[in-house]
Amino acid sequence: MLKDKYPEEIKAVLGKYPPEQKRSAVMPLLYLAQREQGFVTKAAINEIAEILGVSATDVASIVGYYTLYYDEPGSKYRIQVCTDLPCALRGAEEFLEKLCENLGIRVGETTSDGLVTVEAVMCLAACDKAPMFQVQSGDGLSYHENQTVESAMNLVKTWRKGDGRA
Amino acid sequence: MSKYLLLRHREVPTLNRLEVYRQHGGFQAFHKAVTSMQPDQVTEVVKVSGLRGRGGAGFPTGMKWSFIDKKAWPHYVVANADESEPGTFKDREIMEGNPFQFLEGVALASYAVGANAAYVYLRGEFWQIAGQLDQHIAEMEAAGLLGDNLFGSGYSLHIYTHLGAGAYICGEETAMLESLEGKLGQPRLRPPFPPSFGLYGKPTVVNNVETLTNLPLIVDRGAEWYRTYGTEKSPGVKVFSLSGNVNRPGNYELPLGTTFRELIYEHGGGLSSGRKVKAIMPAGASSSLIVATEQALDTPMDYESVPSLGAQLGSASIIIVDDSVSIAWLINKTVHFFKHESCGKCTPCREGTFWMQHLTERIEGGKRTREDVELLTDVANQIKGKCLCALGEFSIEAVLSGIDRFKGDFEVKTSAQQLEVSSQPSVVMQE
Repeated sequence: MLKDKYPEEIKAVLGKYPPEQKRSAVMPLLYLAQREQGFVTKAAINEIAEILGVSATDVASIVGYYTLYYDEPGSKYRIQVCTDLPCALRGAEEFLEKLCENLGIRVGETTSDGLVTVEAVMCLAACDKAPMFQVQSGDGLSYHENQTVESAMNLVKTWRKGDGRA
Repeated sequence: MSKYLLLRHREVPTLNRLEVYRQHGGFQAFHKAVTSMQPDQVTEVVKVSGLRGRGGAGFPTGMKWSFIDKKAWPHYVVANADESEPGTFKDREIMEGNPFQFLEGVALASYAVGANAAYVYLRGEFWQIAGQLDQHIAEMEAAGLLGDNLFGSGYSLHIYTHLGAGAYICGEETAMLESLEGKLGQPRLRPPFPPSFGLYGKPTVVNNVETLTNLPLIVDRGAEWYRTYGTEKSPGVKVFSLSGNVNRPGNYELPLGTTFRELIYEHGGGLSSGRKVKAIMPAGASSSLIVATEQALDTPMDYESVPSLGAQLGSASIIIVDDSVSIAWLINKTVHFFKHESCGKCTPCREGTFWMQHLTERIEGGKRTREDVELLTDVANQIKGKCLCALGEFSIEAVLSGIDRFKGDFEVKTSAQQLEVSSQPSVVMQE
């Protein structure tokens, strides 16, 4: 239960909004829930609904609407490459293709060891430092800019080592 | 004299520390406003300064504040830090490098409109920046710059961060307010506008990060001083985010009215050898395509001059497109973005971007017929003027201007190809 594990965090989140507007806390609480297993479980949705006094459907609709929430387990690391226009003009599409080729997958797929998923995503506000990607993992979100296929593969190598799969 | 008004951290790298920011005049303006000015006087200074919204719409900031409904309370200020327009990456640098000037701007706007609570709505990808801002806010509270009864004046202010979760549409102010209320981030029908019906139905002012970051200097040094920068109708400086086919992409803080040529060649280092500018998108992916004639390159980048080229300055996210790029490919990229980001509320935008994507994919893939380009134009025109917010409008800017101004890129190349394609049905359902 989130309430048992994160009582202080929940209190701090609720303190940001007027007491009669608890529903505003749905997004920060979903981030808190997602921290646990990399996706939002049904149990967490029910618990958040209870904390905020809204229906579970209201909470689930937020998970479905916003792209940074997941409702099913994924790989440990998601490499999300921006391929929008400014990045594409600086070679992001070719970068994505070669990266996938090196990992032996197609865009949207997960490596055979289940560790890395590569996705193409929309603008990440780093257009001057393309090719670039963000990594979504249990440690949060991190930006990796001015990338080459080699630098990205080195990053994957360190993850594999850390995970005992190298 | 400092070269920068906004990107001052480029000269003082430790400006993101409170004591350093204060050594450089930080919070003088907020102290002066709260202890010696009436809220309306602050609004008046900003009005006279001619500051216009830097998020894209270019609406006069002081005028926006003056619309706040003084009969309904409480009031709120929301800082728009949702920066998601392809080609825009200025607010991120401001919040990382010069966060206190931004937060002081939030405080000044809040004082001017009588808000005791302000929210900074950041895109979810900026969660590290949100964490830094939370720390800075705590430091300001400890230093007596935020909290209750500030400087003994009786005025109280609290600032909170709120993270979005990956939805471009939340940069639209009413969608942002819905999102902040814990609902789906979808635009509201307007009027009523946020200054009368905003967050939780209360009067609210929504301002962009860069707009807010201008305020401390304007209040500290005065409107006349600010108007020495920029042009008569577009006073001040702007952070131009330069991207695409240039040698030195990045943020450039320059006076409004600087020409495209100066930005591209003097600051951006020009293009790769042998390449010429083919098109310019001055407002990110939401932009019409400007044909890069000599005259266009010499046009000043301000709110009045850019429309003479059939485009808008918007957020000044200048995407440079060189002569190796096919405009048919380009509009497929922008349409793909808007199709993905359409919130689905208005049918013309939801369905229109879906069908435009099918058409631009086929056109870009070379399997185009003359009818496809006509159909695309037709679909785009049917989105026009029929949606609650500007996303639908934005999605057709590059499409219609691209087809109109770069006809050669949409011509059907050979009669053999045309024959082959025209034997297929003109609209194919995929998925």
